Amino acid sequence: MRALTATAILLVLLLTSLPLAQSPAPIGVVSPAGRRTLSAAVVNDQDYVALDDVAAFVPLTVREDRQGNVTIAVRGKMIVAQRDRALVSVDGRVVALPAPLTRMGGRWLAPVDFLPRALALVAESRIEYRRTSRLLLIGAVQVPRVTTRVEPAGAATRVTIEIAPATGVMTITEAEKVMVRLDADGLDIAQVTGSSPMVTQVRPEGTSTITVGLAPSAGDVRASTTNADNVARVVIEITPPAQAPESSAAPPAPAAPALVPSKGGVQTVVIDAGHGGDDAGVRGAGGTLEKQVALDVARRLKTVLESRMGVRVVLTRDDDRVVSADERTATANNAKGDLFVSLHMSASSSAAMTGAAVYFMRLDREGEETRREAGAQSSALPVLGGGTRVIETIRWDLAQARHVDDSGRLANLLAAALEGHVPMTPQPVQAAPLRVLAGLNMPAVLFEMGYLTNAEQEKRAAADDGRTALVQALFDAVNRFALANK
Amino acid sequence: MKRTFLFGLAGFTALALLGWGVDAGLQYLGRTSSPDAPVTPAPPPAPTAHITATLFYGSRDGLLLQPVRVEVPLAEGAVAQGRQIVGALLQAPPAPYVPVIPAGTTLKAFYLSSSGDAFVDLSAEVSTKHPGGTHAELLTVYAVVNTITTNLQGVQRVQLLVDGHEADSVAGHVDVRRPLERDLAYVRQEPPPAMPAVK
Repeated sequence: MRALTATAILLVLLLTSLPLAQSPAPIGVVSPAGRRTLSAAVVNDQDYVALDDVAAFVPLTVREDRQGNVTIAVRGKMIVAQRDRALVSVDGRVVALPAPLTRMGGRWLAPVDFLPRALALVAESRIEYRRTSRLLLIGAVQVPRVTTRVEPAGAATRVTIEIAPATGVMTITEAEKVMVRLDADGLDIAQVTGSSPMVTQVRPEGTSTITVGLAPSAGDVRASTTNADNVARVVIEITPPAQAPESSAAPPAPAAPALVPSKGGVQTVVIDAGHGGDDAGVRGAGGTLEKQVALDVARRLKTVLESRMGVRVVLTRDDDRVVSADERTATANNAKGDLFVSLHMSASSSAAMTGAAVYFMRLDREGEETRREAGAQSSALPVLGGGTRVIETIRWDLAQARHVDDSGRLANLLAAALEGHVPMTPQPVQAAPLRVLAGLNMPAVLFEMGYLTNAEQEKRAAADDGRTALVQALFDAVNRFALANK
Repeated sequence: MKRTFLFGLAGFTALALLGWGVDAGLQYLGRTSSPDAPVTPAPPPAPTAHITATLFYGSRDGLLLQPVRVEVPLAEGAVAQGRQIVGALLQAPPAPYVPVIPAGTTLKAFYLSSSGDAFVDLSAEVSTKHPGGTHAELLTVYAVVNTITTNLQGVQRVQLLVDGHEADSVAGHVDVRRPLERDLAYVRQEPPPAMPAVK
């Protein structure tokens, strides 16, 4: 009996000498390999992680000596931790930790802060720990902080989503939800503030999408995106169905076309702002430059297409720089665009010349031959895992040959959409051998928006309402084309 | 005394011969300037042969190309004739037509390949002084292409070069990487009026 009592006392003493561990929510890890979780334990109010779990993200080995000190080897460099001391030596540098490393269940645990403070110094890789959101970022990943406010705006509801640092944003409006897709590897989402009867929920979906659920009481939805001070701001205005669509709270620009419920067969639109940098293009007598008009219309069109149709929009240039025709083609083809619109302004020796025109590719004999042979020439290439896949081949510089019919259709749709909004030339649709269209592997048009050598058209091209009319017409054309290709 | 006589005789003889010579010369001159004498006309300069070529200028409204018949000097062989025709096209067009090729553009080289393609090398001004715009560039390119393919038998295609080099385009729009065929889509289809000869 005495022996049993002594054993029990020893057992109690042993248990009380061990650190008390609890199991909190796991830590989210975002790395170039994707998003995973890392189990954590709370020891004496500190978050700890097991070093052998960390080894799955940062290759390391752990060795313990007879004195109970731990040596962690990373890329040939050493981190030495002494038993019960909240200090480590990192490749000769002393680094303070909030708590010492500890051994539990046969595994070595380190405070989470060990990762950014000590391990990052030898891992040659960024390691950042965001305590509030319990996110561990490893390597070159983009995880913006996202804050969401839901607030009334008159009879409407405004949902403001701020993304910092700013990333590419695509807004997709569907019947029961608005999806905000970010060009990011993960999201660091803060608590949503405010609420509205028209908004059922705001929640992350997948790695980089925020979904705003719409209640049946929600009516028209408008979304717009702006960038300022490296913060992207998405504003979603939701009006009740009974209210007029032109809400006073709605932003004045961009254009307000009818809401499109579906993006049809078009997922990615490539917009090509002509010229740029030293190549200013046409210069109007009033000083208006073709390159500036083209870029501004391209940016406006991007905003409208993204917010109204929910398509991905790629610009071949988003600043004032020289871009070669081959670079424009490569950008479009690499983005796997479904549609390409090149924006230009015209010039003439006659100041009286006015009107817009839409061009698509005209093939010469070589192009026609390439087009005929496009379907016939195919190669069976081996694929990973065995078997083969048939790949149609076509000359890279004549890739447009297989799309000329669709391009012609797009040109006619665009001309029809422009009718009544923009003055057109006597021949509004023309086929011509155009350099920027030749290598595009998608339906493509070049849109000459008007003559900068005509005083009236230059004035219109420089004015906000003139550009809005162009964007509206372009949106209508892309939308009709998308629905026709559904 | 005798010597003095001999010197005097020699001087008299010389004076007599001089007087006869002058008289004979005057008589000859008088004969040739006589209005009754027949006149031998000076040979006229050789007449310059011309051909009538169809050049493509900008129409007066600037919208299209307009074919215009123009006399250009005849040259020996297709290459020399091609040079004459392009040279004429590069000059300022007669009223009321408007230029579609920038002023100051010159022909640097012209040659024909065995396959019937013409190579036209224009000076850099065709690009640097171009006003820009797809339509204006189409008129520039097809003024040259249509003029050559219309006037030089056997030439089907024209390859444009700029300042001795192959170019992507003349002013950023029209693809001139490969030889271009005649295209009348940018031509006003009216009977071409005859114009005076190009000197």
